[in-house]
Amino acid sequence: MSAIINVHHLSKQFGEISAVSNLSFSVKKGEVYGFLGQNGAGKSTTIRMLLTLIRPTEGDIEILGLNLRKHRKQILRQTGAIIEKPDLYKYLTAMENLRLFAAMSGVKIPGKRYAEQMEMVGLTERADSKVKTFSQGMKQRLGIAIALVHDPQLIILDEPTNGLDPQGIADVRNLILHLSKDLGKTVFVSSHLLNEIEQIADSMLIIDKGKKMAEGKVTDLFNPLDTIVELETGDNNDALEKLKQSAWKDYIQEYDSKKILVKLGKEDIPSFARQLIQMNIEIHSLSGRHSLEDYFLTLTTANKHVETFKN
Amino acid sequence: MWKLLKIELFKIFRRPRTYIAFAAIAAIITLIQLAFYSDGEAFLQFGMQSLKETFDINGKIVNGYLVCYVILQTLLIHVPLLIALIAGDAVAGEANMGTLRLLLTKPVSRSQFMWTKFMATVIYTLLLLVFMAALALFLSVSIFGTSDLIILKSETIVILDRHDILWRYFGAFGFAAIAMTTVASLAFLLSVFAENSIGPIVATMSIVILFTILTTMDIPFFNAIKPFLFTNHMLNWKGFFEEPVNYREVLKSATILIGHIVFFVFTAIAIFKKKDILS
Repeated sequence: MSAIINVHHLSKQFGEISAVSNLSFSVKKGEVYGFLGQNGAGKSTTIRMLLTLIRPTEGDIEILGLNLRKHRKQILRQTGAIIEKPDLYKYLTAMENLRLFAAMSGVKIPGKRYAEQMEMVGLTERADSKVKTFSQGMKQRLGIAIALVHDPQLIILDEPTNGLDPQGIADVRNLILHLSKDLGKTVFVSSHLLNEIEQIADSMLIIDKGKKMAEGKVTDLFNPLDTIVELETGDNNDALEKLKQSAWKDYIQEYDSKKILVKLGKEDIPSFARQLIQMNIEIHSLSGRHSLEDYFLTLTTANKHVETFKN
Repeated sequence: MWKLLKIELFKIFRRPRTYIAFAAIAAIITLIQLAFYSDGEAFLQFGMQSLKETFDINGKIVNGYLVCYVILQTLLIHVPLLIALIAGDAVAGEANMGTLRLLLTKPVSRSQFMWTKFMATVIYTLLLLVFMAALALFLSVSIFGTSDLIILKSETIVILDRHDILWRYFGAFGFAAIAMTTVASLAFLLSVFAENSIGPIVATMSIVILFTILTTMDIPFFNAIKPFLFTNHMLNWKGFFEEPVNYREVLKSATILIGHIVFFVFTAIAIFKKKDILS
């Protein structure tokens, strides 16, 4: 699969504050690409740079094989987006909002498509109601219809499940999967709901404080059979030296004076524990975890830059 | 561009706020006309008492042209506020609603976006003036009829023949369109800096009021800066009611105002093109 987004060494400074720093990643055509980070991690700034709302301080962005600066219009014609919450014209009806933004998309849209979009997001009966009467969830769904009405190749969704009830969240998840798997669209989706991303994304990027923490295929990053084992010993330096000289050296993920993280298959944990004892390592604690949230928090709270697991 | 302009006009004229200005103008004009209709003759007799001692004044003093002149003098001070309501909202209002970020993800260049916004604001300004002209001139003429126009100035009296007036009003409204567009373009520029429309509207009115006060104060220190204040030139629609008309002066003021418009609009576009959209 060819890359539909290529970001090279992207940085953004707001005065003294570095919002995004030397960020590089690529998104393949047809995949759902999850973009994870805590609040203030730089997700929205990155998305705004992808959509030309913010000028990068440094770096290049290529979308659909074209340079974003030079071919902005051509790229945006093939892009649909929701940035944070979809704020719309409250004094206009849902259909008027949809038609208005569609008219600006630069793409000729068949008349029947408007009704189809309304139906897809479940707003047919409220199409002629003013947006000021809508709940946040309804606005979110209308925002999705606006993002998709001109049939874009690339869809960028910033926190698309914000304000939605559980059914709405499930609907958006199914819609994203439908867009990607059935229609071949590329979906770049950011979220703080990590389990949501885990369920829908093919690949993902985790950032913290504007820096890349990890990138790769979800199956590689978060194989449900894999476990991150957190090891605390009497002397972590000694334990680390011994592990580096053993067959387990390639499994070490990261370490500091308090703990050593080792990525193991579940079936390997008993033999790993046995060998720790054989190596005379004084074990204070050995705990395993494999959830995405744990892994994400490990990366972001420790603020350590780890090697990507990308193939 | 035409499609974008249609979208902008659609947005402006679907907003209830847009019609506040039209309603306010209609209310003020109707009140002035009502006042003239009920007491205008007596009021003018009182005002012209001293003149009658010197001149023999015959004919219909209270007529449509005079009422329109009074309306223009009253309204052209207040209309800038109504213009600023829409022009100050042009960009800041979109930022405030959160729609700006969605609009700018569409394949429209920022220059195109800004030109369209400005053109829509100018169209709104012109429509407001046409509406004002229709009510102030044509309605007044149909209610009060026509006659010669007598204008009292501080040191002179100008008497214009009834057949020599209508074109002057067209000229005055044309000049007013340039003056009001100047206010609109100032509000438009200030709108680029703000993320809610109250700021640019208040700032525009503050500038207009401050400059107007400086324009009217007869203090030597301020006299030196008066030629540089656009408000000083905004009042030169009155030049069309001089006899003879000082075209040189009127043209000079119009040129200075157009210069201000060009400066405000191009500055607004240049700043907006480089602006990071964080709203």
